[in-house]
Amino acid sequence: MENHLLSIVTFLPIFGALVIALVPKEKLDIIRWGTAAITGLQLILAIWILKVFDFSSADVQLVEHFAWIPDFNIEYFLGIDGLSAPMVLLTALLSFLAVFSSWNIDKAHKGYFALFLLLDAGMMGVFVSLDFFLFYIFWEVMLLPMYFLIGIWGGPQREYAAIKFFLYTLFGSVLLLLGMLALYFISEPHTFNMLILAEQSAEFGKTLLLGMNAGKVIFILLFIGFAIKVPIFPFHTWLPLAHVEAPTAISVILAGVLLKMGTYGFLRISFPVLKDATLWFALPLAILGLINVIYGAMAALAQRDLKKMVAYSSVSHMGFVLLGMAALTPAGMNGAVFQMFNHGTISAMLFMLVGVLYDRAHHRDIEGFGGIAKVVPIYAGVTALAFFAGLGLPGFSGFISEALCFIGAFPVFTWITIFATVGIVLNAGYFLWAYQRVFMGELNSKYENLEEINNRELFALIPLAIVTFFLGVYPTPMLNLMSATLNHLVEAVKTAGMVAGL
Amino acid sequence: MNLNQIVADLSYFIPEILLTGVLLMVIVYDLLQKAETSIRAGYLALGGLALTTLAVIGQDVSSPLGIFSNMLAVDAFGRYLKIVVSVGAMLVMWISFNSNELKNRRVGEYYILILTLVLGMYFLVSATHLLSIYISLEMVSIMSYLLSGYLKEQMRSNEASVKYVVFGAFSSGILLYGFSLLYGLTGSADIFEIQAALAAGTAPPALLLLILIMVLVGFGYKIAAVPFHFWTPDVYEGAPAPITAFLSVAPKAAGFAIIIRFFNVVFSGDGNPNLESWSVLENMNWQAVIGVLSVLTMTVGNVIALQQSNIKRMLAYSSIAHAGYMLLGVVVADQTGISAILYYAAIYMLMNLGAFFVVIHIKNAFDTEEIEDYKALGYRAPLLGVFMAIFMFSLTGLPPTGGFVAKFYLFRALIEYGDMYFYLALIGLINGVISLYYYMRVVKAMYFGKMEFPKKTHQAPLNVTILLALLAIPLLFAWMLGDPLSAYAQHAVQFFIK
Repeated sequence: MENHLLSIVTFLPIFGALVIALVPKEKLDIIRWGTAAITGLQLILAIWILKVFDFSSADVQLVEHFAWIPDFNIEYFLGIDGLSAPMVLLTALLSFLAVFSSWNIDKAHKGYFALFLLLDAGMMGVFVSLDFFLFYIFWEVMLLPMYFLIGIWGGPQREYAAIKFFLYTLFGSVLLLLGMLALYFISEPHTFNMLILAEQSAEFGKTLLLGMNAGKVIFILLFIGFAIKVPIFPFHTWLPLAHVEAPTAISVILAGVLLKMGTYGFLRISFPVLKDATLWFALPLAILGLINVIYGAMAALAQRDLKKMVAYSSVSHMGFVLLGMAALTPAGMNGAVFQMFNHGTISAMLFMLVGVLYDRAHHRDIEGFGGIAKVVPIYAGVTALAFFAGLGLPGFSGFISEALCFIGAFPVFTWITIFATVGIVLNAGYFLWAYQRVFMGELNSKYENLEEINNRELFALIPLAIVTFFLGVYPTPMLNLMSATLNHLVEAVKTAGMVAGL
Repeated sequence: MNLNQIVADLSYFIPEILLTGVLLMVIVYDLLQKAETSIRAGYLALGGLALTTLAVIGQDVSSPLGIFSNMLAVDAFGRYLKIVVSVGAMLVMWISFNSNELKNRRVGEYYILILTLVLGMYFLVSATHLLSIYISLEMVSIMSYLLSGYLKEQMRSNEASVKYVVFGAFSSGILLYGFSLLYGLTGSADIFEIQAALAAGTAPPALLLLILIMVLVGFGYKIAAVPFHFWTPDVYEGAPAPITAFLSVAPKAAGFAIIIRFFNVVFSGDGNPNLESWSVLENMNWQAVIGVLSVLTMTVGNVIALQQSNIKRMLAYSSIAHAGYMLLGVVVADQTGISAILYYAAIYMLMNLGAFFVVIHIKNAFDTEEIEDYKALGYRAPLLGVFMAIFMFSLTGLPPTGGFVAKFYLFRALIEYGDMYFYLALIGLINGVISLYYYMRVVKAMYFGKMEFPKKTHQAPLNVTILLALLAIPLLFAWMLGDPLSAYAQHAVQFFIK
């Protein structure tokens, strides 16, 4: 079937941004509702894409493929498979809901929503590109709106946070660019097509680059590029700052979608293209995953700022993803991608909730509240739900995916997995402790008149809560969506390893 | 060489003749004008240059040849660079009409000097003889000295001119010494004959290295490569801003042209420096020397640019860094490397002139050149802010701007060339990350400041807005075009060889 669904879903927000830019800046309602309409339409399209998507196939689908810059064999190549489909859905869902967390942006609304839509387009583009060059363009295009969104609409330290985020990610990207060019020149004929690169996987293990195994050198280059995005310890230091300073909706997008791009990059490029190097690097990756889990959780435990706590919880949760995918087993791999999706929805809820509280109290100091459950019972209830989802309580989606990661990793990295389970306890620790300090106990008299969560805010949260709960009880549809592609990927990497005698 | 041959060669010399004619016309016309109306000479100069540019574009270069006993070459390479410098000069003339620095004074000779400078660059990019190289280089330099001292009642402008002269005279002295050694060694001043003599392999390597360094000093000064860059910041700061913009772009491109032409003829090893395999003279690893120079140039330029608070100085150091990136292409020195430099030169002209033009306009409107004073510009003058942001992103080399595409071609050439240049590419790319910081300082000042501060908005005049749009829009679409300019640059890698 010849269609352009993926192009439409990617470029719709850019078109929207242009329209928003033309609206007079006094028409605030048109700007907000226009953005909501565009992202809403995008969400409908994303769901439609899932309807036409063949769950049983491991191949890329909805392909759009034609030459773009023939001189360099650069192609306009879009397509999705079981790995990118959940990410497309996640991006569309969070972009739509984040619009409603952007209602209280207090200045330069037009610029904000136009940049927000550009960001949306960049993210979508990353997940649907199958040409490395195109992927890289989208990857970078996303940086610019993000820089402005943090730098203009962020908190008190926004300028520092914005430039730090920008410098870190750009540093990662240039290594990515180098790796990309090296792949291009080793492949024969030269290509950026990810599928063809994956077919030539064996070549990269045999060629020398800088006197070393090219596959390994390139893997490391790409690894740093992606690791900064995930972020993997020790490349994580931009994250707490950017998260804390960014406005609520942008934190939601950062945690919900941007972090996934790092792990998505591993699974889309590093794993299938550099299969030998992947096996070689699996153990370090698992160890880094463990460090992320434990370090992130410990750091979260030590925070007094609620938003920072949630930010570090992301570091910890992304550790499970790394562990799951490093195991290279079907269960681990499915768990990892499922965890990417779940962390997207759960962390989005958490950041939205922190935003709700901050809008009312104008601070986020965990110690500065106390007993507010009595004043804002609905808010307390929703937060409890989100915190439970965050700590991986059975019945919520996070439990399933974390369990799958452990099940997948246990036979391969037994001890690492055992240590990683400690992370679960720590996770429960900081979430529950924070909940206790904020909501329970003596009511802090300053907050006797705290305003209850409003309908708009609930509207953004409830769909996420439903998704989390639904996938916690009945994860099969999502797992079906992913498993064909991911099992195929695991198979391919393993086979390459056997051929190479690893 | 007989008279008939000279006359016959004149038909390949039409653009230069035309430009000389325009030059004389402008001089005479200027004499007839009063000071208040002397700007008309500028209009005439712009029109004449446009005509000349059309003549250059129309020139037939399908079979490269040497004219006037191989003094000058007529080839696609020279034509491309002539177009680049002419377009640069026209844009600079356009912005000069708006410049406050040049108001209320007699400006006829300002445009005459620019035209002469352009003529000098026409010669420089096609020179193939030590004499023609030296004379055209001096022609470019002397016009540059005069123009940077054009604001003669200002101390800074005088200082700029004097510093420029002292450094310039010193380095061209060294260049000349290098040339004389080369002549003494080979008995010829024709670069093709020199190549043939050197290829015999009898020249002592130490002497060759000395010559290489001396020549590099002369040319390196023209492109402001480290460590011959000391004149740049003071000259750039003191010269009239449009001239600074021009100096940072056009003579630099011409300098690269002569470096490429000279090195690839004189220091290439086999008798026929064809484009497929530019081998290097034995015992003469000039590529390594240039590699080191390029790393030094970009790193020093970037690191010092980090500390500047005056935007003209910042752009001066950033232009040093960009010369470093372009030198990477010289290291590769093959088809892809040189077409990458040519492409970079054109894109760099667009983005750097754009940035300077915003600076000139801000100086006109608010009388400031401090980055701090760009505060909230993005809200006071939204269109100007957006253009400036595009130029800054492009200078950093971020997709989807033309700056990225240009860098992509350069680094692609490096990595394709082989393993040993992988590190060079890495250093180059990391330098791009460093440069992000200072370019973003401008963006930060324009957008991240307190918004309440100035309520009144500022509207740039229509002609400035059009000019900036002409520069910015191609930068935004460079990557989508896929792309005619780069195809043109590739076709331009075609030299006259004897």
